[in-house]
Amino acid sequence: MQLESLYQDIILDHYRNPHHKGLRDPFDAEVHHVNPVCGDEVTLRVTLKDVNGEPVVEDVSYDSLGCSISQASASVMSDLVIGKPVDEAMTISQVFLELMQSKGRGEPDEDVLEDAVAFAGVSKYPARIKCALLGWMAWKDATAQAMEAAR
Amino acid sequence: MSDGYPDHLDVEAIRKDFPILARTVRNDKPLVYLDSGATSQHPVAVLDAERDYYERHNAAAHRGTHLLGEEATEIYEGTRAKLASFLGAASPDEVVFTKSATEAINLVAFGLAWSLKPGDEILISELEHHANLVPWQQLALRTGATLKWFTERPDGRLDMDQALVTERTKIVAVTGQSNVTGVIPPLREIGELAHSVGALFLVDGAQLVPHHPVNVADLGADFLAFSGHKMLGPLGLGVLYGRYAALDALPPFLTGGSMIEVVRMEKTTFLPPPAKFEPGVPPVAQAAGLGAAVDYLTALGMENVAAHEEALTAHALDALRENPGVRILGPETTEDRGGTVAFEIDGVHPHDVGQVLDELGIAVRTGHHCAWPLHRTLGVQASTRASFYVYNTHDEVDALADGIRYAQRFFGQG
Repeated sequence: MQLESLYQDIILDHYRNPHHKGLRDPFDAEVHHVNPVCGDEVTLRVTLKDVNGEPVVEDVSYDSLGCSISQASASVMSDLVIGKPVDEAMTISQVFLELMQSKGRGEPDEDVLEDAVAFAGVSKYPARIKCALLGWMAWKDATAQAMEAAR
Repeated sequence: MSDGYPDHLDVEAIRKDFPILARTVRNDKPLVYLDSGATSQHPVAVLDAERDYYERHNAAAHRGTHLLGEEATEIYEGTRAKLASFLGAASPDEVVFTKSATEAINLVAFGLAWSLKPGDEILISELEHHANLVPWQQLALRTGATLKWFTERPDGRLDMDQALVTERTKIVAVTGQSNVTGVIPPLREIGELAHSVGALFLVDGAQLVPHHPVNVADLGADFLAFSGHKMLGPLGLGVLYGRYAALDALPPFLTGGSMIEVVRMEKTTFLPPPAKFEPGVPPVAQAAGLGAAVDYLTALGMENVAAHEEALTAHALDALRENPGVRILGPETTEDRGGTVAFEIDGVHPHDVGQVLDELGIAVRTGHHCAWPLHRTLGVQASTRASFYVYNTHDEVDALADGIRYAQRFFGQG
């Protein structure tokens, strides 16, 4: 069975006890993203702060409905980006996207992706890649909007 | 008898006709295909008909003065005639080929855009597949007409609120069988209501025609849309049955070659139905395949097909009811419902259920199945759906029930 390689314990742990979940105030931008195939939804808020002229992710809060992969991925994503400069968080997001597009052949960099390496197996299942990316795409969109508003 | 459920078809013999059922899938598991509501598999006779067409008769039907063109025309029109008799239509001219059931519904909706006015009403239901919902929303936007709908009861049945049908109603369009809950609405009653105010009556038959004997005269439908690929036929070919006068009253939808009578730079006149609605070179290979599919189903007997699916559905409903973590969406009996069974499992998202079942070789559909409003009304975000056809066995129903229990254990819910 390959199920265990897809649903690693890290994923199931985040699914059962998601980090940073629940919408919080105040926030700089809020987005609502939907996976039209399955109806999974996420509402996500981003708060940025200025640290010596550089934008930093102060908080990410979200409310979501969806499968274990999409729920766990949003949880892992929030762990990874909160407290990081936006540039660095965007780079991590790009690395994760490339891992998802690797068709199971990617070698995840644990130093960069931390718990997100557990999603490597998802890239073998084309139907599930969107689940893993839902939270990340919402975060990117909300962050871009927050940056735009701050200009 | 299989597990106490009656046999109506020789399923073992039928399965030998479907090459794909012999393959294995993930983990070398045999394929348990429970997704025929999305698209059915194909018997050798259908594959052979398509291949034979390309190998021996390929030509542009309705054109050319050569033998191949004549043979292609004969095949294409032959399937039209088979479908007319399959549906009990008054004439083959009442059968229009489209790309899909979706296109067939759009053909009617776009046609009515020429005559609907603000104040007119379009009546649909909350049970609809998006294909019989979004085109009517768009028609309302385009014309200023008002979209109304029968609501869905908590048991998945359509709430027959007769007051929704008024003197302003111009068309009533409902599903023949829900693609999620399997619910079959009281179609004849709805048709009579529609006709009592002079409205047209359209049935989305995508899930009805492949699984039940259908006679359009009994049904009282002015239009019946369905797709070939859900009834053992090839992809890419849909059908719109239309009562001839109703078809004749509609303006053309897609326009171009082969649907015209006379073309001048200023003005074009059109051929009568069905040609009026069939521009371009006809999809004869697909029609050849669909003709073979109709023959195959006719030989099995649609009463037997329906009875076989009813037995599988009864078995599935019994098995799912035994599992306390499973909630069946819609009716829990086989009365006025077809062979699709949608359900949710406590604590396990449908996408995850589908993934676990896939590891076991069991193919089901997960998500909202293009029926988002229906799911919203039933209070669920998404569901898992098993749908049955002529080649499914009672062992496969047992495999589904076992697979669900495995998924529950895997996610710590069982």
